[in-house]
Amino acid sequence: MADWTPEQPLVSVRDVHKSFGELEVLKGVSLDVMKGEVICIIGPSGSGKSTLIRCINALNDIQKGSILVEGQEVHDPDLDKLELRKKVGMVFQQYNLFPHKTALENIMMAPLKVLKEPKSEVEKRARSLLAKVRLDGKEDSYPGELSGGQQQRVAIARSLAMQPDVMLFDEVTAALDPETVKEVLVTIKDLAQDGMTCILVTHEMGFAREVADHIYFTDRGVIVEHGPPATFFDDAKDPRTKEFLSQIL
Amino acid sequence: MLDLFREFFIQLAEDQPRWNFIFFYDARQWARVVEGLYYTLLLSVACVIFSVVIGIVGAWAQGSPSRLLRSIVQGYIQFFRNTPPFVQLLFFYFALGQFTPTYSPDGWLQVPIISNVGWAIISLSFFAGAFNVEIFRAGIEAVPESTREASESLGFSRLQTYTEVVLPLAFRVSLPALNNNLVNLVKTTTQAFAIAVPELLYQSVTIWNDFPSAQYPTMLMLFCVYIGLVGILVLGMHRWEKAMQIPGYGARA
Repeated sequence: MADWTPEQPLVSVRDVHKSFGELEVLKGVSLDVMKGEVICIIGPSGSGKSTLIRCINALNDIQKGSILVEGQEVHDPDLDKLELRKKVGMVFQQYNLFPHKTALENIMMAPLKVLKEPKSEVEKRARSLLAKVRLDGKEDSYPGELSGGQQQRVAIARSLAMQPDVMLFDEVTAALDPETVKEVLVTIKDLAQDGMTCILVTHEMGFAREVADHIYFTDRGVIVEHGPPATFFDDAKDPRTKEFLSQIL
Repeated sequence: MLDLFREFFIQLAEDQPRWNFIFFYDARQWARVVEGLYYTLLLSVACVIFSVVIGIVGAWAQGSPSRLLRSIVQGYIQFFRNTPPFVQLLFFYFALGQFTPTYSPDGWLQVPIISNVGWAIISLSFFAGAFNVEIFRAGIEAVPESTREASESLGFSRLQTYTEVVLPLAFRVSLPALNNNLVNLVKTTTQAFAIAVPELLYQSVTIWNDFPSAQYPTMLMLFCVYIGLVGILVLGMHRWEKAMQIPGYGARA
């Protein structure tokens, strides 16, 4: 693990198989993400997109294959999960903020309790992160007092406060009103432009085309086709990809 | 003023022989009421505290990976929830009381180390605690799995997730049901009467056994005292619920 260098993929997924009981959700998925890259995973619902990124930060286990994050095997039983979660930030569809804490406290909690960093430093960082997601002034609001889009941006700031090396976004705009989707997408785009490595599961095709370096299309547990956005959207080869794109675009 | 008050009740007892409010003008009967109130308060406060502790620990044990621990908690709940508290009290005091060691303060008497008051507190706390376990468990189950996942993915350990996220949220959900159970508990302390704990009902019965003319007034006094006691408890719990309310979450006004 110590021999990982930035020239190697930051996240490397190799032949991953995952079943829930009888149901095989991932049937041999492989992909690589380099540092600073933004990749989007798209595909019909039930194709295993969310499961795949949940496996990357060990929220789900896998039956076969390997997932390396900075050269460290995620599904090693002896893995220090804390070490992994310091590197991998995750944002969920349902925001999942802690409802009993204010926006600022939500962001500060993990750095204080998990990383045991000094409070003044954490607070400074939390405030600047709130400003970065354009929510300065909402420090003392509780999640219940914020709109969905605002909550999701707090959730992004909360993950960033752990200073991860890669961010996972699991359909983060799927639960939002159309008019608030944009504010969250702008936040993610800012992040991507700052050089954050991002893996997104999304249904926002326009957005994927704009920010992604690479698009992966999954269907029924396998990656059917992948490529840079221009090739992928305008020159899809596989009939399944073509069919999916014709329904969406 | 106080004299006028006493005069009035002495006169009332003479005019209406069934309405002898004897404890309002006889100092010895008043002392009985005060002593009774003391023991009722003692039982109530001790049982509320112990039963809540039992509830929290039990709910935690119910989520334990150990099957043995879970079955023990389940057995405990089934026993104490499905049998009458009155019988539990008698059984604890008379049956289990047989086996408790004794000590001798003066060389003559043998006194059990757990008094009847002690047994009442133990028995009633376990009784109410069984309900509290279920109440807290419901609260814990109301915290969405996804909230726990978010906490885990931020690097919190299982214990940290429990103390920082799950418990604070579960507690808020549990408060209204807990409130109900504690109200019942305070009223159930009257059953300690059966093992001669000198609480308010016990004292009241001795008063009306000595003075049958005071029976109805003493019952009235009992009602008033319990309305007051439970009222204070409920008011306190409501204040607490309000203070813990999270803007935009849970019960909305």
